[in-house]
Amino acid sequence: MPYAIELLNITKRFARTVANDNVTLKVSAGTIHALVGENGAGKTTLMETLYGLYQPDGGEIRIHEKKVSIRSPHDSISLGIGMVHQHFMLVPPLTAIENIVLGAEETKNALLDLKRATAELSELSSRFALTVPLDEKVENLGVGIQQRVEILKAIYRKADILVLDEPTAVLTPQESVQLFRILSELKAEGKTIVLITHKLNEVMSISDHVSVMRRGKIVGEVETASTSPQDLAQMMVGRPVLLRVEKETRQPGNPVLVVNGLSHVDRRGITVLKNVSLEVSSGEILGIAGVEGNGQSQLVECIAGLIKPSSGSITIDGIQIVGLNAREVFARGLAHVPEDRLKRGLVVDMDIKENLILGMHTQARFSSRLALRRKAIKENAELLITKYDVRPMNSEALTRGLSGGNQQKVIIARELSRAAQLIVASQPTRGVDIGGIEFIHRTLVQARDSGKAILLVSADLNEILSLSDRIAVMYNGEIVRIFPDNRIEESELGMYMTGSKQSEEKGASNG
Amino acid sequence: MISQIFSLAFLAQTIRITVPYSLASLGGVYSERGGVVNIALEGIILNGAFCATVGTYYTGSPLFGVVCGIAGGLLTALIHAVVTIHVKADQIISGIAINLFAVGITKFVLEILFHSSSNSDRIPGLPHIHLGFIENQPDVARLLGNPLVLATILIVVASQFIIFKTRFGLRLRAVGENPEAADTVGISVVLYRYLGVLISGALAGLAGAWLAFDQHSFTDGMSAGRGYIALAAMIVGKWNPMGAAAACLLFGFAESLQIQLQGAGMPTQFIQMIPYVATIIVLAGFIGKAVAPGADGVPYEKEK
Ligand SMILES: Nc1ncnc2c1ncn2[C@@H]1O[C@H](COP(=O)(O)OP(=O)(O)OP(=O)(O)O)[C@@H](O)[C@H]1O
Ligand SMILES: [Mg+2]
Repeated sequence: MPYAIELLNITKRFARTVANDNVTLKVSAGTIHALVGENGAGKTTLMETLYGLYQPDGGEIRIHEKKVSIRSPHDSISLGIGMVHQHFMLVPPLTAIENIVLGAEETKNALLDLKRATAELSELSSRFALTVPLDEKVENLGVGIQQRVEILKAIYRKADILVLDEPTAVLTPQESVQLFRILSELKAEGKTIVLITHKLNEVMSISDHVSVMRRGKIVGEVETASTSPQDLAQMMVGRPVLLRVEKETRQPGNPVLVVNGLSHVDRRGITVLKNVSLEVSSGEILGIAGVEGNGQSQLVECIAGLIKPSSGSITIDGIQIVGLNAREVFARGLAHVPEDRLKRGLVVDMDIKENLILGMHTQARFSSRLALRRKAIKENAELLITKYDVRPMNSEALTRGLSGGNQQKVIIARELSRAAQLIVASQPTRGVDIGGIEFIHRTLVQARDSGKAILLVSADLNEILSLSDRIAVMYNGEIVRIFPDNRIEESELGMYMTGSKQSEEKGASNG
Repeated sequence: MISQIFSLAFLAQTIRITVPYSLASLGGVYSERGGVVNIALEGIILNGAFCATVGTYYTGSPLFGVVCGIAGGLLTALIHAVVTIHVKADQIISGIAINLFAVGITKFVLEILFHSSSNSDRIPGLPHIHLGFIENQPDVARLLGNPLVLATILIVVASQFIIFKTRFGLRLRAVGENPEAADTVGISVVLYRYLGVLISGALAGLAGAWLAFDQHSFTDGMSAGRGYIALAAMIVGKWNPMGAAAACLLFGFAESLQIQLQGAGMPTQFIQMIPYVATIIVLAGFIGKAVAPGADGVPYEKEK
């Protein structure tokens, strides 16, 4: 089969790092090619080089077996390359259709001709089952729909090569299934797809070939049919990886976190939390499953003192914390791994050692009356960096330049180094590679075993099922069900998460 | 007294004040929609007025003067564009520097050409179109027949279409909201930001030309803060051409009210506050939250 993409001996350096080191990657036309590898392995850089966002320091690119020079996205677009970026490239206040046509607009009498685009797009939408409300502003659309806008954007430009960078990181399980259906459609039409992902089950289920990157190099290329998740994981990390969490059942101790009758009405007047009650005891992990946007974020923000609930009570070790601010809640024994690590977890323009003491910077061990204790801060950082295997192992590196997985490790290291009784972890492994996931999971289980109470919020059902001792399902601001253990089918959990199970029961009691 | 205040002369006064505000304010809209804050409007107006004066004085042709005013505005804006888009310097600082520079250079050349540190020699006004009515009030007729008044109305309406209905406008807005996204679809961020700033310069230069013709001369520092008021109007108008023009009309109204009332013997200190109080009330009370373009004021770095 002819190659659609040939990247030959590509090298790309950033100041000190070699992000791509003499990389060669060939993708056959009409196939789905998965690209996997650890955080910071260089996957995004390689694909952004193909897309013209970076200029390689060496190497050659061939598209459909012809040597090309790609100086900017303008060039790659005219070569039929489309890319859905890890962080969406949309203009929020513009409508979906404006975003889609942007840069490839048709005009009529000097004015934009959106009618013609609408007609074309509705044809594409129905062909690929890619429905999008075209006249809605993108800022009002959920991430799943935004991603469809991105895909439509590429197809509208007649892309026959589509690169997707971690497209499922932000999707719910249902949305992922839909995305894969769309990708299969596209492949059936003869399009070539490169898929970057950390989820090996996705690789196994949809791809034809897999390339594995580690530290800037391609370390393996296999046919999907002839490999297994274990083999891939080993290639990625360079050692065998446990894909399952090992954990023994424990007898939980006394309740640490008690939430009672918590309700919250947000600024728009929408009730986002309805009478939520739950308990997390010492030595147990309570997992909260739910499709994102069903009140989990607000629940966590109430507990962390970031928003004040409209009614209800929250106690940590019996002490009421409603009305306290974030710092006071931390002082009562909370550790918080926030869901948005860039917004709430890190100050990206500060270095690792400074980020590792955020919120503890007033404690006597890091700060005298007048100034910070630089030596103690540095020692603290070096200790944690070694313990949590943060890379680069340089306490003075800015956190902005770290890969997503390593940024997350910095947050986990800081939060677990607090002497906290309660750990609230939101999406702790989002965008993290399997080596990192294994490590973070192991760390959370160890924390549990040492008697901490852990509230885990995750959109990843696998993560919920493998870590939790008990599972609560949130839907529409309510806890619809708490399961006393984790022996429950993913599909059943899914029904509660989407509200279909709850309404069945209600329907039954009504009728 | 009321009818005396709201006379035809009052209307003319309001328009006279509103025209330069609107042109400069629209300039602000183009620049900031593309993501470049343009405090330099003030200096551009001043340079535009100066160039219009000099051009008219030496050729005797007001039309040529208008062209010179626009050219002066364009050149001044070009400095702002190079400094902020290419060199990626702070946009506010560049603007302030240009404003100070404009005050200095116009004064300097004024001294050389007209041997005065305060004002130029007299120049003719713009020829006006005969409207055929209100001929009994020649001042008003001359003003309403001024081609720049007509042009301003056209530019306001056209801008509303250009910003929201054309390919250029869509791209300009994209570049100002999320330049990275625009870049990934092959739009040149640099090109569109340049265009935004240059259009802004042309419009503010034209505003300067208006001032010069209105006064039949250039006087030192004659922009007198109009660039800043235009920016305020742009914000009140939420970065929309029509909105900005409406806000300018409001400011123009408040200001001519102030002028009228001064004649009517009210305490001047009190009256001079009217335009500013009106601004504050409008900003706080009626407009609601004004959201600037997402990347307004942020230089674009390609390879972060
Ligand atoms: N713009 C940049 N400037 C400097 N260094 C960069 C830049 N982009 C990436 N890097 C570095 O290059 C390396 C490769 O990064 P890249 O984003 O390609 O990794 P990745 O495989 O996509 O990781 P992840 O799975 O976390 O997305 C990393 O060490 C990263 O820190
Ligand atoms: Mg990446």
